[in-house]
Amino acid sequence: MDKTRNKKNLERPLLVKTSHCSNPVQVDHLTNPEVKIPRTQSGSLNGSWSPSGASEVFERRFGEMVRCFLIHTVGPVGALSAGESRVLFSRLFGPDEAVLSKPGGEEERRLLQREKVSVVARQVQSAVSLSREASGRQLVDAVPGDEALVLQDADSGVVRLRAGDPFSEEVSVLWLGVQSLGFTLVCEPHDNLLLAEGVLRNLSRLCLDNLHMLGQGSEVLLKSSRIDVLLSRLLPHGQLLFLNHRFAQSLEKEAASSMAK
Amino acid sequence: MYSLGSESLIKQAREIQEPELRKFYGRLVKLLQLKELGHETVDSLHRLHLILSANKYARTLPSDLRQKLLSLLSSPAEQLQVLSSAVLRETAPSSGEELNNIQENVSQLNTHVAALLVSQARSRTDLSSLCARLVHGLEGRPSDGPTRSLTFTLPVLHSILRLRPESLTEEHVTILSKKLVDWLRYASTVQGGGASSGGFFTGPRSRQPLPTAELDGSVSGDFFTVLCVGQGFTEDQWMNVYSFSMLRRWLLTYHSVSSGNSTMDADDRSEVDGSVVSMVSATSSSSRLLPPKERLREKAFQYCQRLIEQCDRKAQKKSDTELQKACMVEAVCILDCVCVEDPSMVFRTFPSIKALFGRLSSDLSYARVLLPIAQFYLNHGEMAAVDCECVWKLVFGRFPAELFNDPFLAHELLRFLRQNLDSLRLRAPQFTRFLPNLLKFLAWDSPAVVDDFVDLLPSLVTEETAVEMLHTLLDLPCLSAALVLQLRSMSLPISESSSRGLLSLDTFRNPAFRGLFLFLLRVETGSGHTIDRLSTLHDLLAEAADWPRVVRCAQVVPVLLHIYFNTIVTVAEEKLLAHLILVMLERSGLLLAIPTYSREIHRVFSCHLLRLCKLRPSLVVDQSHVLLEFAGTTANVYSKEEVYTHVVWVLGEYLSASSDSRCSVELITSCFETLEAVLFEITSSAPPPGTVCPAPKVITTLMSALAKLASRSHDLIPRVSLFFSKLRTAARSGSVAWCADEDDLVFIVTRGEELWSLLKAPGVAQSVLTPPPHVLTPRWHRDTNLAMPLQLRVLTRLTHSQ
Repeated sequence: MDKTRNKKNLERPLLVKTSHCSNPVQVDHLTNPEVKIPRTQSGSLNGSWSPSGASEVFERRFGEMVRCFLIHTVGPVGALSAGESRVLFSRLFGPDEAVLSKPGGEEERRLLQREKVSVVARQVQSAVSLSREASGRQLVDAVPGDEALVLQDADSGVVRLRAGDPFSEEVSVLWLGVQSLGFTLVCEPHDNLLLAEGVLRNLSRLCLDNLHMLGQGSEVLLKSSRIDVLLSRLLPHGQLLFLNHRFAQSLEKEAASSMAK
Repeated sequence: MYSLGSESLIKQAREIQEPELRKFYGRLVKLLQLKELGHETVDSLHRLHLILSANKYARTLPSDLRQKLLSLLSSPAEQLQVLSSAVLRETAPSSGEELNNIQENVSQLNTHVAALLVSQARSRTDLSSLCARLVHGLEGRPSDGPTRSLTFTLPVLHSILRLRPESLTEEHVTILSKKLVDWLRYASTVQGGGASSGGFFTGPRSRQPLPTAELDGSVSGDFFTVLCVGQGFTEDQWMNVYSFSMLRRWLLTYHSVSSGNSTMDADDRSEVDGSVVSMVSATSSSSRLLPPKERLREKAFQYCQRLIEQCDRKAQKKSDTELQKACMVEAVCILDCVCVEDPSMVFRTFPSIKALFGRLSSDLSYARVLLPIAQFYLNHGEMAAVDCECVWKLVFGRFPAELFNDPFLAHELLRFLRQNLDSLRLRAPQFTRFLPNLLKFLAWDSPAVVDDFVDLLPSLVTEETAVEMLHTLLDLPCLSAALVLQLRSMSLPISESSSRGLLSLDTFRNPAFRGLFLFLLRVETGSGHTIDRLSTLHDLLAEAADWPRVVRCAQVVPVLLHIYFNTIVTVAEEKLLAHLILVMLERSGLLLAIPTYSREIHRVFSCHLLRLCKLRPSLVVDQSHVLLEFAGTTANVYSKEEVYTHVVWVLGEYLSASSDSRCSVELITSCFETLEAVLFEITSSAPPPGTVCPAPKVITTLMSALAKLASRSHDLIPRVSLFFSKLRTAARSGSVAWCADEDDLVFIVTRGEELWSLLKAPGVAQSVLTPPPHVLTPRWHRDTNLAMPLQLRVLTRLTHSQ
C-alpha cells in the first residue's frame, strides 16, 4: 500500500490537482532562489543576541530555549554543494529566544531560526563524515527491514557548538548517523546526555520504522505529523523523560494508535 | 533513505508560484468545510506543511484558511490537532489577540495547542498568562479530566522556565512545589488501569490492585519512582515521571527566582537533621512542617537516595539498565544541587555518594556516571574532609587512558575540566600532571575535541611542564598512531598480526620498542624522555603518515602550538624561553614524516621565534651559540628553509650592542664569518643532488644580515663589499647554477647593489640597518613639536613636485 503511494510521489507533482504545475523533472534544472543571510566575520550569525537587562543573569545560567530535534542528510545530495546538508524535518521546542529578547521583524526571526538549524545540520554532517573517515568503515546498502541492523551500526557522537555560533549559549549536539541520514538532538550541555542519547536512539528507531525511511519514499516529508506525534510522547516540548520500558511501551502504543487513526 | 523524489518535492515546495498556491489554499478551505475530513484533507495539510517549512521566508495564509486551521486545533482527531499546530507554527502569528483567542476559545488546552502558543508567544505577558493557565489547570483534581490530560503541563512549564523563569509568580512557585512533592513522594504504589493478573477465569470483582514492582521483578517495598514498573500506570505515577524529569531544572530555577528571600531558620534545620538511613524510606512527619521550598528539597533528597538504592538491582531489560545509569547521573546531580543550596545536607549525602563511588569505580562501563560523582567530590569533598585523590586518579588517569575512544565520555570529561578549571586548580592542582593522558582524547578524535583544547590549553601550560608539553604536542600525531595500534593490538590476536600488512603493529608488540611506545602512551608528565630515540620512533611509524586519524591530528597541532606559544610568553621566564628556542631548533628536523606537517610546524616555529626574539632581544645574544650552530649548517638552508631564514634574520637584527650590552665585536665577527661561509657555499655551487635551488629569500636575508653585522663592525665592510662585487660579476656572465630563475637572480643582484652602496657610507648604513629605538617606534603623531615640522615638510615636498 505504502509502496505504491511512494511511487506516485516520485512521479506526481507536489500539488496534486493543479494542471499547471511544473513537471518535477524540469524543476530540477532551475536554480534555487535561496537567500543567504550575511554572516559576521567571526562566522557567527549575529553578535548581539544576548538579551539585555536583568534577564541576562538567567540567560547565563539557563541558556536559551534551544533544544531541537532534526532529521537531515549527511551524505552528498545532488543539488547541494559539498558540506551542505538538506534538513528534512526540524522541530524547535519552547519559546523563541530571539523574539523575547530583542524586538525584530517576524521575517528576520524566522530566517535566523532557519539558519541556526542549518548550521547544526552542517556541523553534524561534517562530524559524521570525519568520524566515518577515521573509523574507515564502509556503509553497506540497507533495505527496508534492516532497521534494527542499521541502528546498531549507526555512528554516533557529540559536537560542541560554542556560545554565539549559532545559539547564544553553548550547546551539545548529539547525533546519530544512520546511513545517509542524520538524527540530531540539540541539548544544553548540562542536560543529562546519557539519557538524551537513549532518547535519540529510541526516536530514531521509531522514525525509521514509522516513516519507512530505509525505503525510497518521501514519507519523512509528506507524513511529518507522525514525527510530531512521536515527539509529543517521547520528547514532549523538549523534555527528556526518564521512562522505564513499561512507560516507554505504553507511550509508543499510544503514539501508534494515534498514527493509525 | 533520501531519494531523488524527496529532493524534487523540496524543490517544488520552494519554487511554487503564487497563483498555484492560491488555488491550493482555495481547495484546502473547501476540503476543510466538509463534515468528514478524509484522507485527502490530511494529505493536503501535510503538503501545506511541507510548502511552508521548506521555505526560508514565512508565508501568510489567507484568513479563511487560518480560521479553519485554528478551529482544527480542538478537533477530536489528534492527527488534525498535530497538523494544524504544525502548519500554524510555520506561519507568523497575525496578532497577539489571536493568541489570547486561541487560549480562551480552545475548550481544552492540549499538548499541540500548547506547543503552538509557546512557539508564537511574542511577549512576556503571553508567556505569563499561559503559565497562569497551566498552573491553574494543575490545581484541579487529577480525576477531573480524561486520563493523562495534565501530563503535558509540566514539560510546557519547563520549556518556558528554561528561558523565562520570571513568567511564574511566587504563588505559582509555591503551588508547583507542593504539587511536585506530592507527585514525587506520594504517588500510588499499586499498578494502574488495565492491570490484571487474574486472567480469563477471574471476574472483575476478584481483581486486587497489584503493587508495583522493582526492575528486577521483586515487589516494591517503598514509594514509587521512575524505576518502578507495572502493567499500567495511574495518573499520579505518570506525573511522578514528569516531575522527576524536570526536578533538577526546577531546583535551579527555584533557587534563582527566590534567592533573595531564602532565609533558613535554625529551627527548620534542626528538624531535618536526622539519621540518614531512616530518613530515606520512612515517611518523615517532621518535614511536613517545613516551608514548601525546603520540603521539596528534602523530598528530592529522599527520592534520589531511593533511586540510587534501586540502581543496585539487576534490571531484567537492557534498556532499563541504561535507564538506571541515566538515573544515577540525574540523582547525583540533583543531590549536588541540593547540597549547593543547603550545605548542611552534605553530611547526610556523602555516605551514599561514597558508597556509590566504591561500587562503580572498578567498572569502567560506569565512567559517565562517575563524572557527576567526581563533580560532587570536587564541590563538597573539602567541606566533608574527604580524600579525593582516588577520584582524580580514576577520572584523569584511567578514563583517558582506557576510554579515549568514547566520544561522549571525551565530551563530558573535557566539559567537566572546562567548567571547573578554577576549582580544580584550587582543590586538585595535580590534574595538570595528567596532561599527556588528557591529550589522548585529542590524538584520537582531534576534530571533535580541538575546540575544548583550544579553551583548556592556556590553563594547562605551566613553567614546569612547558618543555615536555611542547614535545608532546609535536609528537601528537605519533600518539594518535600509537593509540590506533594499541586498539588494534587488543582486538587482533597476536598470530594474525601481520595479516593486514601492518608493520607497525608488529613493531608495537616488539619488546625492543616497548619503551618508546610506553613513553608515548604515558599517563603522567615527567616520566623520562626519549629525545635521542625519537627518530627511531618516527621511522617505525612512517606507515601511519596517511592514516586518517593521524592526518587529522597533524592538522590541529599548528593551531595548538600557536596557543601554546601565545600563552608561554605570558608565564615563562627568560631561561625557559631560551630553552624553548633550543627545542624549536632541535625539533624542526625531528618530526613525523607527514606531507605538509613539517612545513606547517616550521611556519609556526618561525613566527614564534621572531616574536620571542622581538619580545626579549637579549635572548639572541644569550643563545647565539645555538643559533649560530643552526645557521652555520648549510643543509638547513635546503631542509628547513623557513626556520633558517628567520634564524638568520634574528641574528642580523638582534646581534648588536643595542639589544644586549654583552654583545662583543668578537661575537659579531664570528657570526659574520659563519653566515658568510654559508652564503659563499650556496652561491658558489649547484645545490646538492635531490634538493632544489635555495629560495631567493634565504639568499637576500643572508645578504642583509651580513650587511647589518658589517654596519656594526666596520672592519667587516670590505669583506661584504667584496662578496657583492663578486656576485655582480657572476651574474653578468649569465646564468648561475644556484638560481634557476633569471628574474630572481636580477632581484638578488639588485639587492646586493643597494646594500653595497649603503655600506659605502658606514655612518648612514648603521643608522639605516640598525636604527636607534626612537626611529623604530616613532611617536610623531603624539609629539606636537615634531609633528608640525613633519607636516610642513610633507606639504613642501608635495607642492615642489608639481
